[in-house]
Amino acid sequence: MDTSPHSRSTANGTDEVLYVGGAAGFSGDRTDATGPVVDALINAAGPAVLIFETLAERTLALAQLAKRQDPSKGYEPLLDDLLEPVLARCLAHGIRIVSNFGAANPEGAARRILAMAAEQGLRKPRVAVVLGDDLLADDKAEWSDRLSGRHVVSANAYLGAEAIADALRDGADVVVCGRVADPSLVLGPALAHFGWSLTDWDRLAGATMAGHLLECGAQVCGGYYADPGFKDVPNLANVGFPIAEIYADGSCVIGKPNGTGGIVDAHCVKEQLLYEIHDPQAYLTPDVVADIGTAIVTDLGSNRVRLAGVRGHARPDELKVNICYENGWLAEGEISYAGARAEARARLAADILRGRLSGLGPLRVDLIGVFSVFGDDSGSALSQRQPGHGRDVRLRVALSHQDQAAAERLTREVTALYTCGPAGGGGVRTSLRPRLGLESCTVARDRVRMRHIFIEQ
Amino acid sequence: MQMTTVPLYRAAHGRTGDKGNRANISVIAWKPELWDLLVEQVTESAVAALFASRRPTSVRRYLLPQMHAMNFVLDGVLDGGVNSSLNLDTHGKNLSYLLLELAIAVPKPLEALLVGNNDEAVDEP
Repeated sequence: MDTSPHSRSTANGTDEVLYVGGAAGFSGDRTDATGPVVDALINAAGPAVLIFETLAERTLALAQLAKRQDPSKGYEPLLDDLLEPVLARCLAHGIRIVSNFGAANPEGAARRILAMAAEQGLRKPRVAVVLGDDLLADDKAEWSDRLSGRHVVSANAYLGAEAIADALRDGADVVVCGRVADPSLVLGPALAHFGWSLTDWDRLAGATMAGHLLECGAQVCGGYYADPGFKDVPNLANVGFPIAEIYADGSCVIGKPNGTGGIVDAHCVKEQLLYEIHDPQAYLTPDVVADIGTAIVTDLGSNRVRLAGVRGHARPDELKVNICYENGWLAEGEISYAGARAEARARLAADILRGRLSGLGPLRVDLIGVFSVFGDDSGSALSQRQPGHGRDVRLRVALSHQDQAAAERLTREVTALYTCGPAGGGGVRTSLRPRLGLESCTVARDRVRMRHIFIEQ
Repeated sequence: MQMTTVPLYRAAHGRTGDKGNRANISVIAWKPELWDLLVEQVTESAVAALFASRRPTSVRRYLLPQMHAMNFVLDGVLDGGVNSSLNLDTHGKNLSYLLLELAIAVPKPLEALLVGNNDEAVDEP
């Protein structure tokens, strides 16, 4: 299916496998992990694709806000750091690049990539952008109405793999997307390579779960897994990012570049397989409903794990839509108490703040070092604990409010503990940040005009 | 049969994921031989009790016996989720470690299959 003049040779039976490297798991991921992944793809000497997954739920709304400030921005802020070190090698070796790093401005990202190639003296890449996810671009008023007049920042449909596959078939070296379902970044290249029918549900589901395993970067290679004495992971400081070998039957083998840290074993892969999964027999994507109810995870040794037996069911009728809106302010403040009666002093400070800030809505109280993240916002879990004798306690308080000035009162009251609070408090830090709210709904497929275009300059 | 009570983390490991106000937590047996007792003891009602202060509106367990893994889906436990929670850990990333503190009873013959020992939590000088 490979039609690009720059694509890899598919001799030696290598068309039976597609190599996909997962080079990022979120916006803000390490940017130096990509090099070893690209080297491994080159050494594999088969058809290969590099994906970057950089869009968490709110990232797109933040990108829309950046684009409001500067219309040339609104794509992944680390685009240069991610691509500059590897663009030349990818173009030279026919490794296609597929990513959602276009965020709120895929055309802007595409233009930046063209400029980057020119700056490096490379041949001009064929850069395609996938469009149609940004529903505000078509009809902002409708989406604001849905949220009864709230200030909507972004409304994006989760697109599937079809437009990515089409762009690759049309010869794209780089495919820049905004919001697409994360696993579609892998399924798209698999569709283009193997030529599967769009209703070949089992194969589509297999490649979708390969994408699911890759979409969080190092999380399938021992990142976010280590627990000393229980789950020991070698050389986590240099953890490798994953490479999936995808086979024509839809099964895959997950591995990582030689010489990198981390671990790919059955236990680690199972953790990532179930990450953010609800019903394991109905993992919904725009492309297929994937079913791991009979899937088999097999440890092949040498940091290689096979996933097979994934089944698929007909794709959902509608597409998921995420709508982000401005949602007031989050105020936080912290102060430390150490030594004798530290916990009692921190608790007294919390009581003072509760009194001073009454009427502003619920005040979250954490006693960091005693009890914090397992607690609930209402404070019921904390109130059930007997006061203890913590000797190194950081008091943290937080509240949210629609009005900025009201929220700011928290930061001022925490700061005032310096002179008006219990003895010995120090190290005040406060922050005041705007909040984004998120609502999800679905939209009929025919309301979304998914398409790809090539950007020339 | 003689039984030993241990925290679940000696028999299984897991990871939390979040979507909106819903958390999912996987529980994966360290050894296939431990699977049956996990199915018997790591139940929806046991997990709901452990998370009572988070006031879950539903707790659902899905079994994947061929992987010796189960998946819990807890609704309403994230104080609204990443966009509205006041928790430092708005995602609830740490909640797998709350679930893994569940006490389970292990028959003596299976004890050798457990990971770690029972006193690593005792860390005070």
